[in-house]
Amino acid sequence: MNLLEIENLKTYFFTEAGVVKAVDDVTLSVERGCTVGLVGESGSGKSVTAQSVLRIVPRPGKIIGGKILFNGEDLLLKKEEEMRKYRGKKISLIFQDPTSSLNPLFTIGSQLADIVIEHEKVKKEEALDRVIKALRIVKLPDPEHAIYQYPHQFSGGMKQRICIARALLLNPELLFADEPTTNLDVTIQAQIIALLKDLQRELGMTLVMITHDMGIVAEMCKYVVVLYAGNVMESGSIEEIFERPHPYTEALLKAVPRLDETRKLISIPGNIPNLIDPPSGCRFHPRCQYAIDLCKEKKPPLEDVGNSHFISCHRWRELQGGRS
Amino acid sequence: MPPLLEVRDLVKYFPVYSRGIFRKKIIGNVHAVDHISFTVNERETVGLVGESGCGKTTTGKLILYLEKPSSGQIFFEGKEIVQTFSKGSKEEQMKLRRSMQMVFQNPYASLDPRMTVYDIISEPFKIHKHVPSSEWKERVYKLLEMVGLEPYHAERYPHEFSGGQRQRICIARALAVEPKFIIADEPVSSLDVSIRAQILNLIMELQERLGMSYLYISHDLSSVRQISQRVIVMYLGEIVEHAPTEKLFDRPVHPYTKALMSAVPIPDPKRKMNIIVLPGEVPSPINPPPGCRFHPRCQYADSKCKEEKPVLSEVDIDHFVSCHYWHKFV
Repeated sequence: MNLLEIENLKTYFFTEAGVVKAVDDVTLSVERGCTVGLVGESGSGKSVTAQSVLRIVPRPGKIIGGKILFNGEDLLLKKEEEMRKYRGKKISLIFQDPTSSLNPLFTIGSQLADIVIEHEKVKKEEALDRVIKALRIVKLPDPEHAIYQYPHQFSGGMKQRICIARALLLNPELLFADEPTTNLDVTIQAQIIALLKDLQRELGMTLVMITHDMGIVAEMCKYVVVLYAGNVMESGSIEEIFERPHPYTEALLKAVPRLDETRKLISIPGNIPNLIDPPSGCRFHPRCQYAIDLCKEKKPPLEDVGNSHFISCHRWRELQGGRS
Repeated sequence: MPPLLEVRDLVKYFPVYSRGIFRKKIIGNVHAVDHISFTVNERETVGLVGESGCGKTTTGKLILYLEKPSSGQIFFEGKEIVQTFSKGSKEEQMKLRRSMQMVFQNPYASLDPRMTVYDIISEPFKIHKHVPSSEWKERVYKLLEMVGLEPYHAERYPHEFSGGQRQRICIARALAVEPKFIIADEPVSSLDVSIRAQILNLIMELQERLGMSYLYISHDLSSVRQISQRVIVMYLGEIVEHAPTEKLFDRPVHPYTKALMSAVPIPDPKRKMNIIVLPGEVPSPINPPPGCRFHPRCQYADSKCKEEKPVLSEVDIDHFVSCHYWHKFV
């Protein structure tokens, strides 16, 4: 059984301007002990998917359909009280901006210890010991001293390490990392990537890496789910996705500059669609070079194309033949 | 032919004050830009890369005199311009402003939300008076077309556009004064991945069409490789390596450049990273380390690196490296 199974999830935002279909019929699964990449641009629904799993979708967002099976149990059927036992303890989350996700008024030790005290009803000393241990795991220098310091006394990279330690405090089974390196410099990003990879390997953790960077995906993930405008475009192993990509993934790979070669960038025309009134049929069709009339009319199903690779594209058969 | 732009020994220190109530004392200086020299030729794009705090943006601002240099000289078309900006006549200054423009990182913050696109792009005409008002409309349409927008966009407000389109408006505004040189400070880093290529391609296309020269400031080595003919790598206010693009990316010499490149993930699952992890973080530019500024994080550093500042040496034709031991890494 997979650790996490999301089936036909729909999370909409009921705004004054209209209903934003941020996550629309998303189906994906996360195997235990793996690193899975959740890839997409802004507005693709990758963060909202993670928020939906933890049921912390901010207002006016609402989960209006689907199933989220965690260890076989549907989280959407849990009472709010029960959900609190999942958040942080079984499923944890690392945010993009470490500065705004730490409380500036409390010391590191105090705000991290609170989490342990709340969930496990232990004494403060014991909680602080656990915090020091977690800080040591993320290789924060001098953790015994660090617990008495405030967030502003650390650099961005160190703050992100603290956030990772916080996420690991209660030994969660599933960890979402939402663009954990986007705000960091490249050399610091490399340190955090190396750390997450080590942690995943050593603790056998299940990690869902949310990112827009295909380089990070290629580096870290075993499986990938590609989202676009609230829909799953494809999912499969990292090798499959880079070798036989969906037209959107293919276009994205051709549009990003690469460090190891100078080449002509082929840009994707148009803009990211407005999700109040998303394009009909396949949501990528207005920007897709292979689009035909059918793509405009009918939404393509997520089809198994072999090797557990699922693609949502009407033309995958002919394109796979023609391209490779 | 002399270079279009020459920066010679440019320095910018920002004073740091003590926290006294009555008397503020200068207790140190942030060494933002420390004795850097480089050139930009006509029809050339020079990439300026480095991590946050390395002085790349300050360098851009100094060239445009948006910050006042502490010392050093800047030559534009052979004429010294720091003097012109500080002491020259208004007329001379305006002329210089017309030849150099800037495109900023955040297109959401750099457009006035209360102005229509027409107002934004025609404002430079009002200031520089180089276009008779009867021709404004036509010019604005032409500029919009040049950056890939439509004439009907002129009547709209910035909030009606996506990030990529806004960056196109910013570029059109910069082009309105017919500059020869544009400083682009991280023009694509706040845009979505699928939009970045559009803007990078536009920048390159404008170079071909108008013979534009650019200083392209970025922390993203991959896009720098794509767009630049030459690349300058900065660390803590100093230039550590400077070379034609292909040479720099194929044969980086400075240990910092090598580490920086090893840290960039490549979108190819077959090519795993071989990260050279740099210990620690970039030191404070208030009291930068003596000798080579990179020595506390360099695995090859020895006592000479701690004491003696290395100079930029030419290790290959047009390839300069600031390291005592460059011959070991070539």
